[in-house]
Amino acid sequence: MPIKTEPVTINLGPQHPSTHGVFRLRVTFDGEMVLDAEPIVGYLHRGTEKLAEERNYVQIVTLTDRLDYVSAMTNNLAYVRTVERLGNIDVPERAKYLRVISAELNRIASHLIATGFLLDELGAFHTPLVYCFREREHILEMFEMLCGARITVSYMRPGGVLQDAPEDFWPRLDDFVKTMPSYIDELEGLITENEIVLARTRDVGIITAEQAIAGSITGPVLRSTGVQWDLRKAEPHEVYDRVDFDIPIGSVGDTYDRYLVRVLEMRQSVRIIKQCVEQIAPGPVRTAGPFVIRPPVGDAYDCTESPKGELGFYIVSDGGISPYRMHIRAPSFINLTLLREMLVGWKIADLVVIFGSIDIVLGEVDR
Amino acid sequence: MSVSLVGAQVAEKINSKMAGVAIDFNETEVWVEPQNLVRVGKFLRDDEEIDLQMLNSISAVDYVEYFELVYHFRSLRRNSTFVLKARCYGREDLKVPSLVGVWLGADLQEREIWDLMGIKFTDHPNLKRILLWEGFPGHPLRKDFIR
Repeated sequence: MPIKTEPVTINLGPQHPSTHGVFRLRVTFDGEMVLDAEPIVGYLHRGTEKLAEERNYVQIVTLTDRLDYVSAMTNNLAYVRTVERLGNIDVPERAKYLRVISAELNRIASHLIATGFLLDELGAFHTPLVYCFREREHILEMFEMLCGARITVSYMRPGGVLQDAPEDFWPRLDDFVKTMPSYIDELEGLITENEIVLARTRDVGIITAEQAIAGSITGPVLRSTGVQWDLRKAEPHEVYDRVDFDIPIGSVGDTYDRYLVRVLEMRQSVRIIKQCVEQIAPGPVRTAGPFVIRPPVGDAYDCTESPKGELGFYIVSDGGISPYRMHIRAPSFINLTLLREMLVGWKIADLVVIFGSIDIVLGEVDR
Repeated sequence: MSVSLVGAQVAEKINSKMAGVAIDFNETEVWVEPQNLVRVGKFLRDDEEIDLQMLNSISAVDYVEYFELVYHFRSLRRNSTFVLKARCYGREDLKVPSLVGVWLGADLQEREIWDLMGIKFTDHPNLKRILLWEGFPGHPLRKDFIR
């Protein structure tokens, strides 16, 4: 006689170690199989867009740090670029290089976290994660040299960056650029051809390129499906058109490809930083301008390739000292669109891994 | 470098297929009536020259006399961008057709706009509040929202 089963709906989270923050997933299971999944977000909603309407354009930089809090530099970059487009503000060359260096460092830090936690969720508790955090620590210390803060950096300003890098920053960066590739080799040696990792991630949670594009998915998740799309190439901003780098892509769009694209991107980021260090020349780092920025009436949208995907800001100015409206196109939020498609049909242990491989940060999802 | 499509050309193309639908345009943007959004969306997605595969971002702005929906599109094949805008007048019981049937990526973004700006999307498969809880009084991104 077959055993009678019936679907059970349970909540995963909001306080669950695998949810990367306060995120709730309402899942209907049949035994171990996922039948339906619905993300429930908003636990970290701070009303960033509303808060921005009451702050001036420089103050908002501190709000953007708190969106994707593992990658504050790219958030800063996307925001200040939109303000510069809105107010026609020029940026000195040296500031552009410093921005790219710090953004790429932050991309490495963010991908290290994504990879470390993915391994955590595969059951390799903490050892790989601490390996990743060890390297991330070097990056955070360099941020501390740049601006005094490690996580919420607020390093960029409309019209440049806060301050020039101190003298002892450069030898430290050289050292990092020299040692990082061998570290990535070490990490890859542990993971990339690991039989357990392959068994757990290969062909798990596949999405196709068509699905990803229709679902507005961007970033490593889109590239893992084989679409060679990176805003650093498609819309080369700052100095990305002066450096040589490749866009790593995946082949099937599964969990393993999402991991692999991130690791390969770290290598490319090191390449970009190396070239920036060679090209950077002395000069001013911030355009002199009024203390309070009053952009002309109008609207502007600008975006950068953040570690999670396309991070865009749409700002409407009424000529005042603060935006009339600021909307954030948050990649972590929009990348959740296809979560249900990825999860249905997989088991509960795969659910945790697939969800981890999308790499969301709740600060950005909930804003 | 990605190029933004010229508003006048896109408006002309839309109007040659659907007379009088594109009501206004500037260099990079086209305005349409909200009730025509799905028709125009399908055209923009399926037209071979325009080919906007991805609905990048939806924003809503409260200009007090009207609400403006701003759709940012992108074509990955042609590396082009385009902005479509639609104005809806009034403050209560606003209804705009949903684009989820054309681009799945509209799903969460339309829910967010309903939640924070109070614009309802008809035919949306799951129009619930997303960041705030059901029963939250008002829509906080409106200019007349009182804390």
